[in-house]
Amino acid sequence: MNTFTVNGQPIALPGDAETPLLWVIRDQIGLKGTKFGCGIGLCGACTVHVDGRAIRSCITPVGAVVGAAVVTIEGLDPRGQHPLQQAWIETQVPQCGYCQSGQIMQAATLLKDYPQPSDANIDAVMSGNLCRCMAYVRIRKAIKLAAERTLGEPPHA
Amino acid sequence: MLKKLFLGLFVLLLASALALYALSWRAEIEPIARPAPAAFSAQLVARGEVLAGIGNCAACHTVKGRAAFAGGRALATPFGDIYTTNITPDSDTGIGNWSAAAFQRAMREGVRRDGAHLFPVFPYTHFNLVADEDVSALYAYFMTRPPIHAEAVDNGVPFPLNVRALQAGWKMLFFDPQPLRPDPGKSPEWHRGRYLAEGLAHCAACHTPRNKLGAELAAAPYLGAPIDGWFAPALTAANPAPLPWTEAELSAYLRTGATALHGVAAGPMSDVVHQGLRLAPDADIHALAVYFADLSQAGQAAPNARAALQKAMARPVPASGQSAERGANLYLAACASCHSNSNGAPQLLRPELTLNSALTAPDPANLLRVIVHGVGRDEGLPGVMMPPFGAALSDRDIAELAAYLRRTRTDLPPWPELDADVAAARRQP
Repeated sequence: MNTFTVNGQPIALPGDAETPLLWVIRDQIGLKGTKFGCGIGLCGACTVHVDGRAIRSCITPVGAVVGAAVVTIEGLDPRGQHPLQQAWIETQVPQCGYCQSGQIMQAATLLKDYPQPSDANIDAVMSGNLCRCMAYVRIRKAIKLAAERTLGEPPHA
Repeated sequence: MLKKLFLGLFVLLLASALALYALSWRAEIEPIARPAPAAFSAQLVARGEVLAGIGNCAACHTVKGRAAFAGGRALATPFGDIYTTNITPDSDTGIGNWSAAAFQRAMREGVRRDGAHLFPVFPYTHFNLVADEDVSALYAYFMTRPPIHAEAVDNGVPFPLNVRALQAGWKMLFFDPQPLRPDPGKSPEWHRGRYLAEGLAHCAACHTPRNKLGAELAAAPYLGAPIDGWFAPALTAANPAPLPWTEAELSAYLRTGATALHGVAAGPMSDVVHQGLRLAPDADIHALAVYFADLSQAGQAAPNARAALQKAMARPVPASGQSAERGANLYLAACASCHSNSNGAPQLLRPELTLNSALTAPDPANLLRVIVHGVGRDEGLPGVMMPPFGAALSDRDIAELAAYLRRTRTDLPPWPELDADVAAARRQP
């Protein structure tokens, strides 16, 4: 039995411990906000939090998160009003939107590690989250906006 | 004439066999009825539990997910697989009928209760240094565990190496127990650390290379060695970490499983930290740290630590789109989101690869194993995991990523056999 929590809800699912967490989240639990991109941990679309850290759910076996707290884009903020989500809307970041939940989940970990991120910090941490619509400039802008709101002071240049 | 020669040879052979038998012979120690658990004080048992952790007994004598200390784990040696034994107090299959004297003899001399020699995978070569009162506490702990009926598994060691009497010869060659002599120049903490490290904790069993007959090389103490598909790094000044293993760094690493300046304990070392040393008092962790900081001459390297850190953090990393190198782009896509430290200071939760001995070790085993199999939530830094990339990346991807990291994050020569090493890492469970 694979037991863990998703967005605070206890989950107990029978099945193969090797099944990717992404399959479990989308197909067994039915939360579709987390996306399948490359399936090999190289594009970031499937990013979720495990115990508060961003990880690629497509290559993470569900057995590896037994006992952990998993948070998906649906659980980042109960009302969908996380500073990053607000900044995303305000900045009109997405074009097609497919990669955006992964981008936001990765950006949330970024802000924990770098509360006032520089361009270099953002580029380094977000380099594994691809956006085929090339929304990178707006992603960076929204991250800085969220950081500013969270801290109440302007981020580094 | 020929007949005489054969006769002579036969007599010689017989005489050597008899001599070997006489040399190797050890008396059986009479079996006893299993002592009642109440015969041991709770205090002694509790001390034994801490000591059994420091000795990391469970690492070999417990198969993960099965009954504690019931044995059965295969230890791969160059001579074949040796299966660990049941050290629960079951009278038929464990050590239930072992007296304290029999237990003490096994620890000190590597001899079973029935007089047979134990193979030196059981580290009696270190345990002979354990003090009487600690041996008694360990005996009390094991004799009060739940007895488990678990038959010994036949070892996969071929004839004639499986003849236990031959171990008497091995002991003559390589086992010369000497008490630890006090070093007047060293502190009480250092002496305590040495007592634990050289004795019960048997650190050298993994960290010292062995000769062809499986004995630790006396001429190369703690110079680093491959173990179970991992590489146990050198614990001397030959340690490859860019920053010195100071007493503070060692204490934090042994207590928590990770430091920002050295990275996380993975594989067998993670078990040492999180299972073995879990109950060890802070004072003992500190003592081990004092001993190994001295052994690695961390004090001499400390004045250069700031410069070494600056140099490590200043190594240039190409940004996305700046390099056509496969390894560089794999790093950016797969590794940088968690491992990059772009503020000049490494963060604990962002294990800095430049500072990690997985990259600076002479053997890439640790890096490759972690890439292929990941790091579990219960390993390294508790609660922080790395997913396995084994199914996502091809052998070629992993080899190029490793080669790229080695070339750009260290000043060391490339690993020469990466393709074979990746294949070996995949074969590990």
